[in-house]
Parts: sequence; structure tokens; C-alpha cells
Amino acid sequence: MDLDYGPEYDAFRQEMRLFLKLHGHRAPTGQARAARPSAEAVEWQKLLIEHGYTARTIPRDYGGYGSEPDILKSRIIAEEFSRAGIPGGLANQGISMLVPTLLELGTEEQKRQWVEPTLKGEVVWCQGYSEPGAGSDLASLKTSARIESGEFVINGQKIWTSTAKQADMIFCLVRTEHDAPKHGGISYLIFSMDTPGIEVRPLKTMTGHAEFNETFFSEVRVPVGQIVGERGQGWFVANATLGHERGMLGDPDALENRFQALVRLMKEERIGMGRAIDNSVLRDRLGALQAEVAAMKCNGMRILSNSLKGEPGGMAKLIVKLQSCELAHQISALAIDAMGEMGILYSGSARERMRGTWQWNYMFQLGLIIGGGTAQIQKNIIAERGLDMPREPKLPKISGAAKGTADMLRQKQGSA
Amino acid sequence: MDFGLSQEQQMLRDAVARCLADTCPLEHVRECSERDNPVSDKVLDALQGLGIPGMMIPEEHGGLGMTLLDAALVAEQLAYAVAPVSFLASHVLAPLALSEAGSEDQKVRWLPKIASGEAHISVAISETVEARDGAGVTCRGGKLDGTALFALDFAGADAFLVADTTGRLHLVPANASGLEKIPLTTIDRTRSVGELRFAQVTAEPLADDSGFTAGRLRDAGRILLAADSLGAGQAMIEKAVDYSGQREQFGRLIGSFQAVKHMCAEMAAHHEPCRSLIWYAAYAYEAMPEDVSLAACQAKSHTGDVHRFVARTSTEVHGGMGFTDLVGLHYWFKRIGFDRQVLGGPESARAEAAVLQGWIKAA
Repeated sequence: MDLDYGPEYDAFRQEMRLFLKLHGHRAPTGQARAARPSAEAVEWQKLLIEHGYTARTIPRDYGGYGSEPDILKSRIIAEEFSRAGIPGGLANQGISMLVPTLLELGTEEQKRQWVEPTLKGEVVWCQGYSEPGAGSDLASLKTSARIESGEFVINGQKIWTSTAKQADMIFCLVRTEHDAPKHGGISYLIFSMDTPGIEVRPLKTMTGHAEFNETFFSEVRVPVGQIVGERGQGWFVANATLGHERGMLGDPDALENRFQALVRLMKEERIGMGRAIDNSVLRDRLGALQAEVAAMKCNGMRILSNSLKGEPGGMAKLIVKLQSCELAHQISALAIDAMGEMGILYSGSARERMRGTWQWNYMFQLGLIIGGGTAQIQKNIIAERGLDMPREPKLPKISGAAKGTADMLRQKQGSA
Repeated sequence: MDFGLSQEQQMLRDAVARCLADTCPLEHVRECSERDNPVSDKVLDALQGLGIPGMMIPEEHGGLGMTLLDAALVAEQLAYAVAPVSFLASHVLAPLALSEAGSEDQKVRWLPKIASGEAHISVAISETVEARDGAGVTCRGGKLDGTALFALDFAGADAFLVADTTGRLHLVPANASGLEKIPLTTIDRTRSVGELRFAQVTAEPLADDSGFTAGRLRDAGRILLAADSLGAGQAMIEKAVDYSGQREQFGRLIGSFQAVKHMCAEMAAHHEPCRSLIWYAAYAYEAMPEDVSLAACQAKSHTGDVHRFVARTSTEVHGGMGFTDLVGLHYWFKRIGFDRQVLGGPESARAEAAVLQGWIKAA
């Protein structure tokens, strides 16, 4: 154990603090939820790339800073943005998921065409993975494409396409090999959201906002060259990016920031004779969450050290998505409880607290527990990959005859 | 920057694990736990061979001069094997108290003998965590009066290190006149605990009268109890996974049912971050002493809660067998129950953490 970063890294940290002190005022404000970055956010992003505080390891040829990977420097950058309360580089789906995928598996032409404008916030992407009938069992997706005069012709429907309204482009999984086994029949296509035949319908959620959409494709024609990887390899291409998404959802700095906001709330919110934090039951819950946040921060440092040494993350890494999402949800739950009756107020109301953020978080974070691999899927992964427990035996497919019998029985019962 | 164990630490951990696997099978634990003094001389001798009794004693006094993180790794292995030996008080807290606050004479008199296994000091600091009616030791004119509860590593102690109501520590020989020693029966039959009653007992105080040393012992004790719980929890998770990979019902391994799988996954998901938190707290004991009290409270409370869940869930995965004495799962279950309460349960540690960071004023 040695938690000192050493002189080179201390200097790097000082340098970054100076940068934030000099330029922090140029950072955009209040646009965390905006899908399309504002002009201000785009300028900030460019400045950060120029100084290597985002897109750090992406080659200069593709619009990045072009530095060698250095996990500790990346860590320091994240810590310092978080500490200063200043937004770091853009972290939309294009940057977090598509860019790493293209860099790993895209053609030279694709990298040159898409990486730089995506990094600079000029091109916004959405993700077309889940379907109404293919959620946890993503590989059973049915949106299909046939080949016709040098083009893929796509038909089907995607769901949970956040930012589809604002997006210029989509990276999308479609079934192209109809005779192949389910994982081997999928291709990873990239195409413009302006292509004729695409319809986006907002999907309003329990928060009252439409954070997601449903996207419909009917006879959407895409040139065959707009594929990442080969035909039928889409599942493996997508898995490269799913790994990046899991990393995105388990950021210990984000947990710490939310927790600190909760402490501030509980010190300010007054119920009856005292502050919320003076209530011993609420305070005990606060302490329990704090210890869990501390444990996840330590866990994050351990994962970081493992990757520095080139060792696998093991169990410490497998549990991050499950634990972090649940913990974030619990933090919001305590905030609502600490506000007492005020906890019911939502954004736009008189007397609202922090623009209704806590209630929104509480609901949205439940969505995050479900999205990106449900908690139950995460537990299967922990049990099967982490603990080496036996897989669920495959059930025989329901045969046509059996289904007919079941339908008949149901009809009989209905008429009786 | 390295958040992890050094090669030496991994070797220490593995050596202790091997030593216990050889000398401390469950049948031996069972035998020992049925005696008044559960301490196994056989296991203690084997650990002596690795220098464990002297691990926290400075080299100039015949020990190995190791760190609290090293001790945490040993505690974890001892609990993994539910080893019936004295360790926390006798080989960590007492040596720490004497090294950090003892006089030169006290060090010379006790430390080499502890390191060589000839002497063993029990520690009673429960008063500094939870004062209660009918307990508490006062010191007037060098004489102790009153009752100290929960002296740890009680059986066979040559001396006791006792905190008085001001938090000052006193050394009392086991044969001091006016000292009455009453063994207590706890759920955990692998460790020995007792009560001490003092009537005008002559004692030898440690120099520090600020309560600081008792606080250091409380921090170290909490971290090691958390580490103990971690080791016991690790064993219980492994046993649940093993059992569910052998037991068949409805024509399949019960481990292939998601109901069972998810129980195991939840145990692992809560358990693994505890390991990181404990490493951090143990490291902070020497490297960041200003942070250690908070980290110790967090490690103690969080691990206590997580492992209560692990203990009951692992038992449930074993079904009816988990409830029997036959499988012996209860040894780990009880060890976890002991670790949770001693030196303050989760609520008590969190209350202290709240005061430490100024959320509220001390009561």
C-alpha cells in the first residue's frame, strides 16, 4: 500500500489545478442534461482536448491529445474536476462508447471521418441496441437488414434510444445473417439519423420527462460500407462498447459528490426543532451510506492499482455497476426522507429544493439500476463469472405442439 | 501509488493460511471450543514458528516490527480458519499500547516475552466505548476499584491492560491481590473473554494520561475485528458456493437456480468492497493517523452490517444443514456475531463517526 502518487504526478496535479483556476470560469454551467452541447460546452471541450484533460490518449491524427495511456493521470484529472466542481470533458454515448469502438475496430476511413467531430461535440450519436422484445436478452434482437443493390435495407424498432431526437448519427445493431445462430447474425451499422424512413417518438418516463425515445425504421437504406467490423460480428463489436458503458455507470467521484450534496442538504434542512442531521435515525442512515461510499472509493483505487499492474480487476470490478447504482439510489432516497413533507415537491413548485433534483434522481437512478444490464443480470454475471457457479440449464424450446395444447387449455378455461 | 498488498504481505497471508490449514481443521476447533480455555497450544505453537506473536513488536524488542495491515491479513486468516487462539488483544493491542506508550522498563519487561510466546497480556478497554451502569474502573492513589467488562484474550493471561474511566491504561499482573477474574460465556467459543473486578488493586499506569493511547487501541481493535469478520465472511461465502455446487434438488444443482445464485452474488457484492475499506483503514493507522479513527468506525460498522447479512445468507444457502452442528457453519456465524458487537456495534461506531466529522457535538 502506498497512496502517494509521487512527485511527477503531484506536479501534474498542481498544473491542472492552475489550469482550472485560470480557465475554470469558461466551463459551461447547467448543461449536464442537455443532449446537444451548447456552443460554450463545445469551446470548453476543445480547450480541454488542447491541454490533454479529455480525449487524452486518443491519437492527434484523430483529434485527440495523443498522449500515452497513464491511468494515474486520468485518475487525477477526474479527481480534480470533481474537487473543483467543474464539468470535465463531454461524456456522451458517442464519446464514451462509439469512439473507443471505432479506435479498436473501425477502418482508417471511419476513424478519420467520425472520431474528431464526435470528440469536439459537433456530431452527436445515439445508441440503437435494445428493442421491445430484446432487453436483457439483447442478442435476440429482431431489427433486420437485407442487402439490396449495395445497401442495407433496415426494418424494425429500437427502444431506450436516449438523445435520438438530437442525434446526428446512430450506432445500431441489426440482424443481417438470418440463418446464423443468434449471436452470430448481428451486424454493427452506423448511419445518419436524417436517413429517410427513421421515425423517433419520445418515450416519456416516470420522471415526467422524455429522457428516452423509441426509434422506428422502415425501409431505411444504408450503404454497405457503413458497418463496423464484418457482417455477423456485431455482437462482439458491441461488447467492446458495453464494457465502456459499465465503467461509465460506476464512477466513485460521482457517488462522493452526490453524498456531499446530501450532507449539505441535511445540514441545511430544518424540521421541527433542529436540522435533519440532528435526527439520530436519519444521521445513522447517513453514516451507513458514507461508509459504503468510502468502501466503493477504496474499491475503485484497488481496481485502478490492478490495472496499473496489468492484473485483472476480478471480483472488485464485477460488482461495481450493481453496487454503485444501488448506492446512488439510496443516497437520493435518504435525501427525500430528510426533507420530510418537503420531499414530495417536484421541479417548478414553490418551495422546491434544488429544482426537484432529488426526486428526479431517485426515479432516474432506478432506471439506471435496470438499464445497462439489470441488477439481476449483474448478479448472474457475478455468480457465474466471479464465483464460478453453474449456469442455468437450457430449457428445451417450447414445441409447436405443446404451445397448441397450452392455447387450447387456456381457451377451454376461458369458455368454462 | 499502489492500493494493494506487497509481495511480502501476500507471502505472509499465504504462509498463515497454509499453517492454519495444516494445524487447525474444524475437528480441532470443535475440540478446543468445548474446553474452558479454548486456546489451542498446537495452533499457537505453529503460529509462533512464523513469528506471529511478535509481529507488532519492534525488532529491538525481539519482534518483527510489522504494520497493522499485516496484522489485519493475519486476523482475516485466523477467522477464515475459526482458529481458537489469542491474537487481537494479546498480540496486537497490548504490544501496540506498550510500544506506543509504555516506559522503557515496561517495554523491556514485557515485549520480548510476548514475542517469544512466554507471556500474554489481555486487554479490557470496553469502558472507553460503552460506559454502563455497574461497570467502570477508577484509579485513586495508584489503586484500582470497580469492574472492567470484556477483557479480550482473557484465558491464561499473565497480566491485564485495563482502561479506567478517564481512558488511562493500567497494567495489572494476573496474580495481583484484590483482583477477581470471572470468565464470560459468549456465543463465540473460539475466543476467550472475561470480566475483571478490582478491590484496591495495585496497578502500574502507562504514562499517557490523555486517553490518546486507549483511542489508538480502539481504532486498531475495530479495524482488526472488521478484518476478522472479513475472513469469516470469506469462508462463509466460499462454503455457500461450494455447497450449492454439490447439492442437487429437482434434478439439478441448487447453485444453478437464480434464487440461490443471486444470494451468493449479493454476498460477494457487499463483501468485496469491505476488503478494500479495511486495507485502507489499516494502512491509515500508521500512514494517516489523523484519518484513522473515522476509517476505523466506517470499516467496523460497514463490515458488521455486511457480514451479518453474509452470515445469515450463507446459512440459508445451506438449507437445513446450515442450521446443524454437523456442518459447523455456526462457528463462523458466531465469530461474525462477536466481531460485530465488540468495541461497539455499527450504530455506536456511526455515532462516533458523526461526532468525529462535526456533524453533531459530542453528547
